[in-house]
Amino acid sequence: MRRYFARKLLIYALTFVVAVTVNWMIPRFMPGDPVSAMVARARVSQPEAAEAMRSYYNNLFGFDEPLWQQYLHFWGALVRGDFGISIFVFPTPVGDVLLDALPYTLGLMIPAVLLSWFVGNWIGALSARRKVLDNTVLPAGYLLTAMPYMWIAVILAWALGAKAGWFPISGGYSLDIQPGWSAAFVLDALHHWVLPFLSLFLVALGGWAIGMRNMIIYELESDYASYLSALGAPQRLIRRYAFRNAVLPQVTGLALQLGVLVAGALVTEIVFAYPGLGSLILAAIQNQDFFLLQGAFLFIVIGVLIANFLIDIVYVVVDPRTRTGMAGGTS
Amino acid sequence: MSTLPDPAPEAPSAEAPVAEPGRESLHYAVRNPKLIIGVSLVAILLAVGAIGPVLLGDGNPNEYVGPQAAAPDGTYWMGTTTFGQDVYAQFVHGLRATFLVGVVGGAIAAVIAMLVGFLAGYRGGVTDEILNMLTNVVLVIPALAVLLIINAYMGVRSVAVQGLFIGLTSWPWAARAIRAQTFSLRTREFVDLARLSGSGTWRIVFREIAPNMSSYLFMMFILLFGGSILIASSLDFIGLGPTEGVSLGLMLQSAQQWSALQLGMWWWFVPPGAGITAIVGALYVANVGLDEVFNPKLRES
Repeated sequence: MRRYFARKLLIYALTFVVAVTVNWMIPRFMPGDPVSAMVARARVSQPEAAEAMRSYYNNLFGFDEPLWQQYLHFWGALVRGDFGISIFVFPTPVGDVLLDALPYTLGLMIPAVLLSWFVGNWIGALSARRKVLDNTVLPAGYLLTAMPYMWIAVILAWALGAKAGWFPISGGYSLDIQPGWSAAFVLDALHHWVLPFLSLFLVALGGWAIGMRNMIIYELESDYASYLSALGAPQRLIRRYAFRNAVLPQVTGLALQLGVLVAGALVTEIVFAYPGLGSLILAAIQNQDFFLLQGAFLFIVIGVLIANFLIDIVYVVVDPRTRTGMAGGTS
Repeated sequence: MSTLPDPAPEAPSAEAPVAEPGRESLHYAVRNPKLIIGVSLVAILLAVGAIGPVLLGDGNPNEYVGPQAAAPDGTYWMGTTTFGQDVYAQFVHGLRATFLVGVVGGAIAAVIAMLVGFLAGYRGGVTDEILNMLTNVVLVIPALAVLLIINAYMGVRSVAVQGLFIGLTSWPWAARAIRAQTFSLRTREFVDLARLSGSGTWRIVFREIAPNMSSYLFMMFILLFGGSILIASSLDFIGLGPTEGVSLGLMLQSAQQWSALQLGMWWWFVPPGAGITAIVGALYVANVGLDEVFNPKLRES
C-alpha cells in the first residue's frame, strides 16, 4: 500500500511540475513580441493598469535574466501564492479573485459529480440484463452522454427558465440580496443553483449508467457468477457480488472523467452566468486578462490533483487487493 | 464520457483461427440494428455537410442575407439570427467543420496513442516505465484547461489547427488501453515466432500485433473522434474557437452571446446542439454495435 501511494504521489508531483512548466513556457516561447502584443491587445483604460501589466510581463519574461533564473522566479512567486494582479478586476490579486469564485464552482460540481455517480451506478446496475428497463436506460444514457454540456444547459434554461419561469436563468443569486449566511440568501442561491446543477448531473448520469450496465453484464458472464448460480445461489446474491466487483472500474472511471467534468462545469457556468471559475475564465478571455487565465489553469490542475488523490484513498478502501500489496489499482 | 471498457484479458480474435473472419463479421454487422442506425445517422449528417453547402452555392454562411430574427419558414428552413444570417447555411457549413475537427483530432490522438501504447506494451521494462509515466501525467492534466491556455495565447485561426491541438492532448486513455492489449498479446507463440525469425519491433507490432486488435483500434478511433468533437465545441463556446469560418460550437457561442435564449429564438440554439448530439450519439451507438459484432460474448442478449 505504501508503494501504491508513493507511486501515485510521484505522478502527481510530476504532473504539477509539468503543468507549471507548461504555464511558464507557453507565453515565453510564443512567436513574436508577447509583451507589447498583449498590452496592446488588452486595451486597458487605466494607464496604471497598463503599466502594471507591462512591468509584470517584463518581470515574468525577464529578458535580461537567463532562462533558468526566470523559471526559478516563476516558481518562487507561485510558492508565495503570488499569481499576479488581475487586469479584469484591477488591482485585485488573481489569487483572491479565484478564491472568491471557487465556492460556487465547488458547490456546483461536488454534488453534481457525486450524485450522478451514485444514481448512475444504481440505475445502470438495475437495468443490466433486464430487458424492459435496459431498452429505455440504454438509449437515454447514450443520448445524455452525447450531449454537449452547454447545450443541455441552454435547453433547460429555455424550457424550465425562460418558458416555464420556474427557475432564474442567470447569476448565482439575485442582485437585490446581500450575499451572506441569511436564510433568504441561501434559499435564493439554491434557487439559482438548481438548473446548472441539473444540467451537469444529467449529462454525467448517462455515462455512469451505461458504464455500470456494461460492467455488470461483464461480471454476470464470469465464471464465479456461473458457479454461484450452479450452486443455486439466489439471483440477488449473485448480483450483489457482481455489483461490488463492477464498482471498482467505476471508481477509476471517476478519476479519468474529472477533466471532462471540470470542462462541463466551466461551460455550464458560462450559460447561466454563474459566478464561478467558468465565468471568470470567459471574462479573462474577453478582457485578455492572462494572469487570471493562467491562475485559473493552475487552480484547476491543483483541484484535479487533489480530487485524484482522494479517489486513490477511496480505491484503497474499496479494493482490498491494494492494501495487501497484491495488485489492483491502475498505476 | 468516452472510455472503452477495460480490455478483456485475451483478445477474442487471436483464439482458434476462424475460416473467414471478415465474412463472419460482415454477416453480423448487417444484422445489427445498433450499428445500422448509428452508421446511417452519421452518413446522413456527413452527406448534409458535404452536399448542403454546394447546393447553397458555397457562399459565406456568415453573410447577412435575410430578415432579422425570423422564425423557420419555407425560405429559411432554420430561421435567421438577430443579424439576418441564415441558420441553415451556418448549420451545413458547421457540420463540415465539426466532422473535420473530429477526423483531425481523432486521427492525431490515435496515432500518438498507438505509438506510445505499442512501444510501451511491447518493449516493457524501462521504456514502458517512462512512457507509462508520461501517459499518466498527461492523463491527469485536464485537456480543456491546457487547450484554454494554448488557444488564448496562440489564437487558433483554422479548424485544422484546433484539431491538431486537441489531438495532441487527448491521447492518454487510448494509449493506456492499447498498452494493456499489447501486453496480453506479446507473449503469444506467433509473436515469439516472428521475433525468432528476426523481425524488428515495428514490423512485429504492425504485422503481428496490430492486426489482432484491429477491431479494438477502430472502436478506439471512433471514441477519440467523438471526444474531439465535444472538446472542440466546448472551446468554441468559451470563445476560443477558430477565428475564421463557422462551426456548430461557434453557432452556440454566438447564440449565447447575443441572448437568443432571452429572446426566445430557439431555432438559433437548438439545431447546432442537436447536430453535435446526433453525431456523437450515433458514433457511440455504432460503437456498441461494433462491439457486439466483434465480440461473440455480447451477441446473444
